[in-house]
Amino acid sequence: MNETTPAPVAAVPAPKKTPAPAGGGAPREEPAAETPLKQRLAELVQRQGVLAVLLAVILVASFVYPTFATLDNARGVTVQASFLAVVALGMTLVIITGGIDLSVGSVFALGGVLAAWASQWGFFTALLVPLVVCGAIGLLNGFLIARAGMAPFIVTLATLLAARGLLLALTDEGATTYLVPKDSVFAELGQGSVLGFGYPLLIALVLFGAGGVLLQRTSFGQSLFAVGGSSDAAGLMGLPVARTKILVYTLSGLLAGLAGALNAARLSSGVTIVGVGMELDAISAVVIGGTLLIGGAGSVSGTLWGVLLLAVIQNLINQIGSLNSSYQSVVSGGFLIVVVVAQRYLARSRRTT
Amino acid sequence: MAPPEAAAQAPAESTPPAAGTVLEARAVSKRFPGVVALDNVSFSLRAGETHALVGENGAGKSTLIKVLTGVYRPDEGEVRMTGQQVRFARPFEAQQAGISTIYQEVNLVPLMSVARNIFLGREPKNRFGLIDFGRMHRETTELLDGFGVHVDPRRPLHTLGIGTQQMVALARAVSVNARVVVMDEPTSSLEPREVETLFRVIAGLRGQGIAVIYVSHRMDELYRICDRVTVLRDGRHIHTGDLAELNRMRLVSMMLGRDMAEVRRSGVTGFAAGGHDAERTPVLTASGLTRRHQLQDVSLSLYGGEVLGLGGLLGSGRSETAKALAGALSLDGGELTVGGRRLRRLTSAGAIRAGISLLPEDRKAEGIIPGLSVRENIVLAAMPRLSRAGVVSRRKQDRIVEVFMKRLRIKAAGPEQKVGELSGGNQQKVLLARWLCLEPKVLLLDEPTRGIDVGAKAEVQGLIDELAGEGLAVLLISSDIEELIEGADRIVVLRGGAVAGELSGDDVGESQLLEVLADHAPVPEGKAPAAQEDPR
Repeated sequence: MNETTPAPVAAVPAPKKTPAPAGGGAPREEPAAETPLKQRLAELVQRQGVLAVLLAVILVASFVYPTFATLDNARGVTVQASFLAVVALGMTLVIITGGIDLSVGSVFALGGVLAAWASQWGFFTALLVPLVVCGAIGLLNGFLIARAGMAPFIVTLATLLAARGLLLALTDEGATTYLVPKDSVFAELGQGSVLGFGYPLLIALVLFGAGGVLLQRTSFGQSLFAVGGSSDAAGLMGLPVARTKILVYTLSGLLAGLAGALNAARLSSGVTIVGVGMELDAISAVVIGGTLLIGGAGSVSGTLWGVLLLAVIQNLINQIGSLNSSYQSVVSGGFLIVVVVAQRYLARSRRTT
Repeated sequence: MAPPEAAAQAPAESTPPAAGTVLEARAVSKRFPGVVALDNVSFSLRAGETHALVGENGAGKSTLIKVLTGVYRPDEGEVRMTGQQVRFARPFEAQQAGISTIYQEVNLVPLMSVARNIFLGREPKNRFGLIDFGRMHRETTELLDGFGVHVDPRRPLHTLGIGTQQMVALARAVSVNARVVVMDEPTSSLEPREVETLFRVIAGLRGQGIAVIYVSHRMDELYRICDRVTVLRDGRHIHTGDLAELNRMRLVSMMLGRDMAEVRRSGVTGFAAGGHDAERTPVLTASGLTRRHQLQDVSLSLYGGEVLGLGGLLGSGRSETAKALAGALSLDGGELTVGGRRLRRLTSAGAIRAGISLLPEDRKAEGIIPGLSVRENIVLAAMPRLSRAGVVSRRKQDRIVEVFMKRLRIKAAGPEQKVGELSGGNQQKVLLARWLCLEPKVLLLDEPTRGIDVGAKAEVQGLIDELAGEGLAVLLISSDIEELIEGADRIVVLRGGAVAGELSGDDVGESQLLEVLADHAPVPEGKAPAAQEDPR
């Protein structure tokens, strides 16, 4: 370039007089103004890939199985999926911070039993008791992870076991079943519907809307991304890293408890055997939805599509009928692998741009 | 950012705009177990000046910076900001007080967008309390435009070049009202064009009265943009003064701790006087070794029976060259010939097979395995040769270990003692033994005597002498100038990743070496990179 610069004392002032174009390294050369197409494509696939797959599956299924594309089926599938969706919403936030919450399945079941038990004292206790207890478990998770510096995997594995144990103790090892009073307001919360779409679904949608705003449009949401993207950098920028983590695990516990309570209201009883392995379904839905398992990037909308995709696959396998329903896990597992491989590939192609 | 630029161009003429002291360290000391990292160091920074902080490895630069920026707390002494004593408990507190650090690895969140990074933790809000992205992107664009950087604020940070990422970090620092910006080797991974942009931005900071602490090993950069310089050596303050009044020779000799006036050969090293008889044909020839930002067209030859010194300041590419020769550094270009045969693919295993052994600089991280015994550490690399069908012959091991423990005079309770319990010098000998039992033709030694005591040092030096005498080709890297000059028959000097000169025969001397290091000797034509123009 400008290797003939005689002496810097004379050479440097030049760019000052003509700020932008001239001078040693003209800033205009910066190939920055527009994000490259390949880049944006990769991001689009990352963000909306699931949605495309979901729509394709729904489209094909509608043609092949006439019973699939009915309003009744849609109502059934969506309300079934709404409990996992609420749990996966919390999981999304946790995974964006680079953590994991394995306790949600047990907490979900515990929340259901607590809600059914407390529903004898009315609507508000039925909601309050599970929220307080499950929120406290989440808080404990967060505290141990953020303040004691323990690994999220271990801490939440421990609370997974503990919550399941607590649940068994409460129900005399499953011998006692608490029932939600018939025709109570709380039962209505699980079983009522608007235009045939159950309240749990509507609640899940409202929560996803709120979650989306929280994540994208608030400082707290930004700090989740920052903590997951680079915890050190977040700390150096003065973000409350520990507080953010504690809050996000508490949120996850609260959401899992709420989902459990809604499920109990729908089933009219606190069923002890639900939620086993639910944490893994939630993680699958989150990852299929394009959230990076290492943290730092993700969206709640992707998770919503991920949950729906899992639900549709299950529904389809039920529709086929001849296929053993256990194959649902095989198919979901396959999707998970495809998505993770695609994420790695996309991440690599982006790094080289 | 208009008027005071004059000062930026001619640091010699004037003191910086406002001569008030913004940041000051008074008689600061900092100790770590076994090391005094800072010993009674004072440092002061004036508003609006660009202050170079220089010194070799272990001089205490990074410790001083960490004390100033709240990462460490000094054991003694105090840090003052505009006259007030300050005690930062965390780096963030220093940042709030107006001291921002731009690290070598940019400390931002790579996956987040440019704008989000700049406004993280202080996002502009609309009247509903939600983040106002429109305003955020607008303000980001304005801010970066002011730096002459034009970039889409929505773009994820990691998709930008390192230089632009640094500008973003700088923009963030400045927009949180920084009064002091610390830059640690900011240009080490920048393209020349990006360096120009950075320098322009630094000049702009000066215009705003922001002081810059600039750590770099690149002499020409220091002389271009810095007003004053502070030299540290071995944790002690050596000199502070106007850079323009200090010529390069003086600066380099202060960094290295050699006084030009009293260059003497006192024979304090363990090397015997007189050179070795080198062979006529080279054992190893490297030509055109090139790696982006690190090595530029490095060529050298190594003859059997000689010690070739590799000189250069910190960051000049010495260790990278050694690693490249040992196949441990992926290269963009260049080739290696060993014993007349060209190595097709450069890998560590290939280099070892060809008879090249590298004793790495950081023996703790890259060499010894402290939990294993002396015997296990020695035979580690020779395992494949000592085993048949995967079964290792214990008898052969014992024989080899015994021979080398005796020959290298390794002082250990026995072959089964854990290496971690040995002294630094003996650890180094164990490492040497490991490579020698492979019977290499070429031995690359990167700082073989660093961190070991004087007696062991002399012994290791004596060993190097012996090995070369036995016909081995030895490459010696050392920051200890005396060791380099007395140990080497020939010295190739690197600067900025390129060969800056070669000393042989009677030219191997301290003053000659210092001259090449300080860039006063004529540079062999065609070897110097474009960025190395001498601004005398």
